[in-house]
Amino acid sequence: MSDAPALVVENLSLAIGPAGLVDGVGFQVAPGEVMAIVGESGCGKSVTAQAIMRLLPDAIRQTGGRILLGGRDISAIPERAMRAVRGQLMSMIFQEPQAALDPLTTVGSQIAEALRQPLGRVRGEVLRMLRDVGISDPERRIDQHPFELSGGMCQRIMIASALISRPAVLIADEPTTALDVTIQAQILDLLRRLAIERQTAVVLITHDMGVVADIADRVAVMYAGRIAEAGPTAEIFAAPRHPYTALLLASIPRLSDVPKSKLAVIEGRVPSPSEYGPGCRFASRCPRADARCAAETPPLRPLGDGRLTACFHAEAMA
Amino acid sequence: MSARFSPGIVLILLLLAAFVLAAAGADLLSPADPLRQSLLLRLREPGFASRTATYWLGTDDLGRDLLSRILYGARASLLVAALSVSVSLVVGTALGLLAGWFRGWTAVLIMRFVDTMLSIPAILLAVLTVAVLGPGFLKLVMVLGLTRWPRYTRVAYAATLQVAGLPYIKAAEMAGCGATRILWRHILPNIAGPLMVVATSEFGLMILFEAGLSFLGLGIQPPYPSWGSIMSAGRQYVTRAWWLTVFPGACLFVLVLCVNLFGDWLRDRVDPRSRGR
Ligand SMILES: Nc1ncnc2c1ncn2[C@@H]1O[C@H](COP(=O)(O)OP(=O)(O)O)[C@@H](O)[C@H]1O
Ligand SMILES: [Mg+2]
Repeated sequence: MSDAPALVVENLSLAIGPAGLVDGVGFQVAPGEVMAIVGESGCGKSVTAQAIMRLLPDAIRQTGGRILLGGRDISAIPERAMRAVRGQLMSMIFQEPQAALDPLTTVGSQIAEALRQPLGRVRGEVLRMLRDVGISDPERRIDQHPFELSGGMCQRIMIASALISRPAVLIADEPTTALDVTIQAQILDLLRRLAIERQTAVVLITHDMGVVADIADRVAVMYAGRIAEAGPTAEIFAAPRHPYTALLLASIPRLSDVPKSKLAVIEGRVPSPSEYGPGCRFASRCPRADARCAAETPPLRPLGDGRLTACFHAEAMA
Repeated sequence: MSARFSPGIVLILLLLAAFVLAAAGADLLSPADPLRQSLLLRLREPGFASRTATYWLGTDDLGRDLLSRILYGARASLLVAALSVSVSLVVGTALGLLAGWFRGWTAVLIMRFVDTMLSIPAILLAVLTVAVLGPGFLKLVMVLGLTRWPRYTRVAYAATLQVAGLPYIKAAEMAGCGATRILWRHILPNIAGPLMVVATSEFGLMILFEAGLSFLGLGIQPPYPSWGSIMSAGRQYVTRAWWLTVFPGACLFVLVLCVNLFGDWLRDRVDPRSRGR
């Protein structure tokens, strides 16, 4: 069942001035698959997403790597044609759905915009899409403004707008972070279902291992601009082989936790790009770190079970 | 956003509507031809009735009916203000949008130009340009329109910078919208509020500018009436025929006051702090 991947990111490197932000990040996503990128805030997840859309902030530039969309290198696409790629071949949704909708435009017009058509001409299609993302009473909602809708509904609208043109790839950057827990679960279910029904390749960015557990087929754990560990979600959750993954997993709140029990938090903080040293970037916070970790960068290597890990102590963790 | 109309703002809107109606309906409302002179009827006081007509606001030094001239003057005033505000609004907003969207050297160039324009006293600039180009209705409109755009540019620039950084503009870019579409469909409507506030305050100023330039003989040319030129002609008779300066002056005062009060009301309504996201 080896589908040709919809999106391939190879060895992506990004820099701001002299400081590297993202260093050799690579992954691929097949149609209908949900791949999560997980890591603490400041790890470079959002800039990676922006690089895939080829809409990096002015200060940040790509210093290496390739992004292949349906086998085609997007760096070869001229900017004008790239506009047709965005929203048509790949779409993106964000953390704050209410702020991501134009306050003065009705939701129907904003969804129709993704089809490059006036709402009047595609009203039926927009209504069908609204129903598909679980909006009740779409005939009324279609003419409402974002401020009349809840955050969860706005995220459904964003999803409708992102998917109506049937893109091959959807990038969701913290799509549920601003929503409360029950709504979060509904939105994740929706993404999961739409990914399979429409055979969309979904890149889901989150800082929350709980979200990964809910939705992702595969996961790439990112730390300070590099991939620490990547592989099938089930394998990684069952047996993390990178200390950072293990600590992230330990930080998921569980139902069995007594309310007051202390959540495992990772000591210290993510280094900023200007502080990146020669060795493993997690070494300063890692319980297993030794002299070699501080001096040498551990390569991302296969461990034989379909996973890749960038840790010298991976075997010792088995 | 609560749409509350206080009695004060209702009165202001009614007065403004009255001025607009007076200007638009000057042909129908005028009791006499504003240009018809009569040496026998020179400087008659308000309320003077001849055998054929009553001169409610009196007559001027050439025996023309003052009420008719004030009505036509309102038309000149509002027309010049509306047209010149439109010109400067379009020019200023376009430049502000460009500066705010492209930033970089485009913005530096445009905003330096704005600073330069704003450092020249506006009335001096207007007087100088009219002096060079010569007077006339269209030239007046162009001079005012093309010297008064910088304030719009400043406001449009700041507002565009702010709106362009908002998530929904980023989302539109991610959805593949081009710059033209984003500027036109998503940024312009969202910065229209503050621009309307500027346009209103400029509208009041333009009425004063037209009156001032016409008073100096650089605006609307005789024999066509403008409040400024009526007052200018009435200046020499101010002791004998007070109505020639008082009536147009009062109209000017009330109109500009209403425009400015309307502008204040508008500003409170489009205040970003009170707006829903
Ligand atoms: N527009 C920007 N200008 C400068 N630095 C940025 C910009 N956006 C992100 N960064 C930097 O890039 C790094 C990664 O940021 P980001 O991708 O937003 O992290 P994440 O999404 O994983 O929380 C951070 O150090 C951040 O400070
Ligand atoms: Mg982020």
